[in-house]
Amino acid sequence: MRKSSMNKLAGFALLTAVMIALPFVVSGYKVDFLTMLMVNVILAVSFRVITTTGGWSLAHVPMMGAGAYATALMSGNLGIPFWFSMPLAGLVAGLIGLGISYPLRRTEGFAFFVASFAAGEALRLCWIRFKIPFGGHQGLVVPPPMLVPGVQWLDFAEAIPYYFLTLVVTVFCLMIMHRLDVCRIGSTFKTIHSEENLAKSMGINTARYKMLALTIGSFFAGIAGVLLAHRLWAIEPDQFGFSTTLYLLVWVVFGGTTTFSGPILGVVVLSIIGELLRPLADWVPMVYGIIIILTLIFLPGGLESLPSRIGIPKGKFWRAQITVEDR
Amino acid sequence: MQFIGQMILNGLMTSSFYALIAVGLSLVFGVMHIVNFAHGEFYMVGAYTVWVLFALLDWPFFVAVGVAILVVGILGLVSEKLIFRRARGNVLNGFIMSVGLVFILQVAVVEIWGVGKMKPVPAAYPQILHFMGATTWQRFILFPATVILLGSLWYFLGNFKIGRALRASAEDPEAASLYGMSPRKSAALAMFLGSAMAGAAGGLMAPIMSVHPYMGHAVIWTAFVVIIVGGAGNIKGTLYASIIFGFLTTIITTFLDSTIANLVNTLVMLVLLAIRPEGLVAHAEK
Repeated sequence: MRKSSMNKLAGFALLTAVMIALPFVVSGYKVDFLTMLMVNVILAVSFRVITTTGGWSLAHVPMMGAGAYATALMSGNLGIPFWFSMPLAGLVAGLIGLGISYPLRRTEGFAFFVASFAAGEALRLCWIRFKIPFGGHQGLVVPPPMLVPGVQWLDFAEAIPYYFLTLVVTVFCLMIMHRLDVCRIGSTFKTIHSEENLAKSMGINTARYKMLALTIGSFFAGIAGVLLAHRLWAIEPDQFGFSTTLYLLVWVVFGGTTTFSGPILGVVVLSIIGELLRPLADWVPMVYGIIIILTLIFLPGGLESLPSRIGIPKGKFWRAQITVEDR
Repeated sequence: MQFIGQMILNGLMTSSFYALIAVGLSLVFGVMHIVNFAHGEFYMVGAYTVWVLFALLDWPFFVAVGVAILVVGILGLVSEKLIFRRARGNVLNGFIMSVGLVFILQVAVVEIWGVGKMKPVPAAYPQILHFMGATTWQRFILFPATVILLGSLWYFLGNFKIGRALRASAEDPEAASLYGMSPRKSAALAMFLGSAMAGAAGGLMAPIMSVHPYMGHAVIWTAFVVIIVGGAGNIKGTLYASIIFGFLTTIITTFLDSTIANLVNTLVMLVLLAIRPEGLVAHAEK
């Protein structure tokens, strides 16, 4: 038990070290790609927080938009500095998540998809319809963040400083969400998914925990939206439309949701495939569509279930390799 | 009086459109337990079929719509055989598979016909109709066409042996298969009928709406709101809900605008879900 958590920590540290080294190796454009990748990782992992209770919220990308719009209004119109606007924007997204989770708390399966979808679209329609303050179809302009006033050489409008800012926030968010996943609340979420009646008979208020999961997930989605908005410098309602939600679903299903690393794996692998297919950019959605259907037919557990599918017991990936070498 | 008459007329046509889209979706859900997100794309394919046959090849309008119904019905049948059958009644898997199908169909249409250019479909019946208000025949046709299509679906489900078997299969698949209606056969039939309805809606709306690869998005959303309120899988409830939302949308669009109408529809649905999670008309637990 202790050993496996040590292994995880070592893996995490190694990954972080690689991510710190990467921007000095790859070219300028790729740095932006990696920044977006990390934003999407936060989005996918925060989505998993909700899916652990069994609900697949289709309002998750609009929640990211809520964070983006909140920070755009706060830092653009009110001049609130980034370090305050980021958690506040996350809080706004979380509160909106709490609001829509109330009617959703007792719905299941079909009704949950559809109602969350409609709620997210309603939020998006508000941005389109109310030109003041949301700017309608044109959206809003977001100023680049001013983090340390007075230090000229650290300009966060540049790609590499922003990359490191995103990295710090991502590592922080992932650590919190991982902690949440292994603590009591996280296991309660999973119990609600697998044994709802048992959870109820144990005195767990399942509806309230579902609302909690949606709120926490929306909070981190809002943080992802803040990072996205300050990098793109402009946001519009179409960015948070349903096609983005579909991409999110594909990432998460492809990676799998039972482990913490599943969604991360899905985002990273599919983003790299999408990047390799860049010359055929028009065809990427179709490739995604085919991948997702094939995944569901032949590998319903996602990429994370691949080791156990090919006969390696869970958590013994490395040891299995050594025994093969011994033979 | 003129004003109210016009509103009733518009409401009738909006309700017909909603019913045509939502009943097919509801039927598919009732039998197969699949939330078919690609239903909106089926509608889009129906509209494109009419654009090709009627606007480009000058076929008669109703022949073009008939072909659209068949084409989309067969598309539904094929997607059931290749894709949805493998979801095995798992709602989440079926839903995500249909999301994959959305991507595939959209890219296919974009690659074949391009995304930028307008696809104008001329009105087949541009004459003005004066009846409780003014509209074109092209728009009015939607109402009798819906009554005929839904009426024949109703008759088929109620009076034909295979239609009754389909309903039985929706209620209790195991008992129905004991009597010789295999779940596969009923799934294929439901998918064919449901998709054909989407094709009919797309074909009939092609001269009224603008035809483009992403036209399904706006429609699927409304259809979902309607079937949630009507109770998924419940055709009668879906019909009532389409009438309610059709008139609600028309009234709000007349006084405010269509975006507000969509917002209000969603709010109505969310409030209803908070009070009655099982929908307006509770459907039997399976």
